[in-house]
Amino acid sequence: MGTITIGHYEKFIGRNAVDELKILASRLKTSTIQFITTTEQSGSIAETLSRIVPLLNELGIKALWEAIEPDHDLTAIAKVFHDGLRGSAVHTTTDMFQKFMALDDDMMRKASIKGDIVLMYDVPALALVHKRHEHESKWVWNCHLDLSKPDPEIWHFLKGFIEEYDTACLVAPAFFQKIQIPQFFIPPSIDPFSEKNRPLSQTEITTVLKKYGLSRKKPMIVQIGRFDHFKGHEGVIEAYRMVKRYNDCQLVLASGKGKGDPDVDEVLGELREKAGDDPDIHILVMDPADIDVNALQQNAAVIVQKSVKEGFALTVTEALWKAKPVVASLVGGMPLQITHNYSGLLCRTDVGCATNIRRVLNNPGLAKKLGRNGREAVKKNFLSTRQLKDYMLLFLYLYYPGEVISLY
Amino acid sequence: MLKLYKKAKEPFYFCTRLNLSELLGVRARNLTDLINMIKAVPDSSIFYHTHMFLEQKQDIIPEHTNEFAYWVSHVLGEHVLGEELASIDLVEFKSIRAIREKLIMVLEHNLFDRTDSLRVAARGMEFEFMKSHSFILPTKYSANSLFDFIRALKEVSVNTLYFHFFESRLRLEKGINDFSCWIDMSLGFAELAEKVASIDPYTHTLEGLRHSLVRTLEKG
Repeated sequence: MGTITIGHYEKFIGRNAVDELKILASRLKTSTIQFITTTEQSGSIAETLSRIVPLLNELGIKALWEAIEPDHDLTAIAKVFHDGLRGSAVHTTTDMFQKFMALDDDMMRKASIKGDIVLMYDVPALALVHKRHEHESKWVWNCHLDLSKPDPEIWHFLKGFIEEYDTACLVAPAFFQKIQIPQFFIPPSIDPFSEKNRPLSQTEITTVLKKYGLSRKKPMIVQIGRFDHFKGHEGVIEAYRMVKRYNDCQLVLASGKGKGDPDVDEVLGELREKAGDDPDIHILVMDPADIDVNALQQNAAVIVQKSVKEGFALTVTEALWKAKPVVASLVGGMPLQITHNYSGLLCRTDVGCATNIRRVLNNPGLAKKLGRNGREAVKKNFLSTRQLKDYMLLFLYLYYPGEVISLY
Repeated sequence: MLKLYKKAKEPFYFCTRLNLSELLGVRARNLTDLINMIKAVPDSSIFYHTHMFLEQKQDIIPEHTNEFAYWVSHVLGEHVLGEELASIDLVEFKSIRAIREKLIMVLEHNLFDRTDSLRVAARGMEFEFMKSHSFILPTKYSANSLFDFIRALKEVSVNTLYFHFFESRLRLEKGINDFSCWIDMSLGFAELAEKVASIDPYTHTLEGLRHSLVRTLEKG
């Protein structure tokens, strides 16, 4: 498919919704929006921005996306802070906090602020907000992390920077923190035209399955997600074994090749040991990942996300979009996406997960109903055009703060 | 037939309304929390939880007419109280203040009679209070006659319907929906305006409301 334009989304959201995006954009045509990330051009934020930035430009709003490469030491410290914000037990030293401040000076030199509105995504560049007065700009902190139980010391330190922003955007209400700026609920989104989400032909799916030596003969239980301890892979293996007593099936645990995550090898080792010699458990590290993930999801009989801690969980959004029955744990953004028994199934325990997988495998009618409703929920609430709309509303809010804003 | 083409004194300009959700950081785990918070949150939050739900989860409507009822039934498992909350007839109320008072009354009445201990929401299923920021924007649609009006009504977005039928009446405290107001004041069809006002929008999905409005207007 060639360039995706705003008109392509009409088939999903309707002409009126596209017209409303154009009306909104017409109120922002004099603004320059600058998105700043420090990550490489991969991951869910990059996926989102690679669609939203061109759409904003097409709608007549000047949008720029700058990816700043942080210094190696800053990256390492920011990784500790990032994990601490998510609630992991981390070790911090006074030196780290001092270095973070000092290394930010280097980031300051690298960054050039051009936006009337600046959206910041990543921890290493949080302190760039100190440049806000150079350009009289408005600053938004976009946090995609589960902030429900941050490390108190790290949170206290970073809060000082965060409160210099005009607003923050969080991906789930439960991540709210007591800070002196308004916090908006802007869930992330998926793009229906991306390699990860577009419809695939049977030939494409078969090619991917062959590549990993997977058979179509047994129903496939799939969990996609980084190999880290938060994703609850061990619980999925437990649940699969309970299901396997009654339903002959196979389990696929898959992830793209994560970069810079020291836990991956350790977690993979543990999982391979737990899987033992069961030929129906497949632990896959995929490269390239997007089309492969898509094919696994489209071939799944049921998709599981049994994380013990999550951000919004876009892997669940992707699964719902493919009209697949999803069994997910009741953490992070998953209860926001799934209405239990209506658009998916929620669980708290391994045995609950197993029971729900069996319900779906044994009741094709239920599986179909959950899948259909899940896809509708994503269409209404979690496609990139919804996030585009929320962003534009947020930009307008920065100029017209208020509860009822009449722009006619 | 003549009624359809009668020229209005003033055209009707269809607007649309788009919502941005702000988190309040207030969360209820049981009924006592819920009552205390309903008393304390701003009107925009009461509006959000009694109306935004219609938009976001309209596929589950009309079983539950507000989000409090849904949470009380499905999360706390208090089905009787949930049904009482769901049965609050929002059409009767002309202000958000009045809706808030009714919610408090139903909840307090239930608590007063209770002898059992209160159920507590599981972690992750607490009631999270939010409020809405509404942005009202013009659309390309307008009408100079009932004929134009019906034609536009078939085309406009559900956000437009939502604004003129729910938000304008309650949040802008006009007391009546914009459609009835225009049909009465600009077209002079008081009886038709009354028929439109008597449609219960809370037991329809937004698309269902559109069909009901069009049907009522076409019958005249």
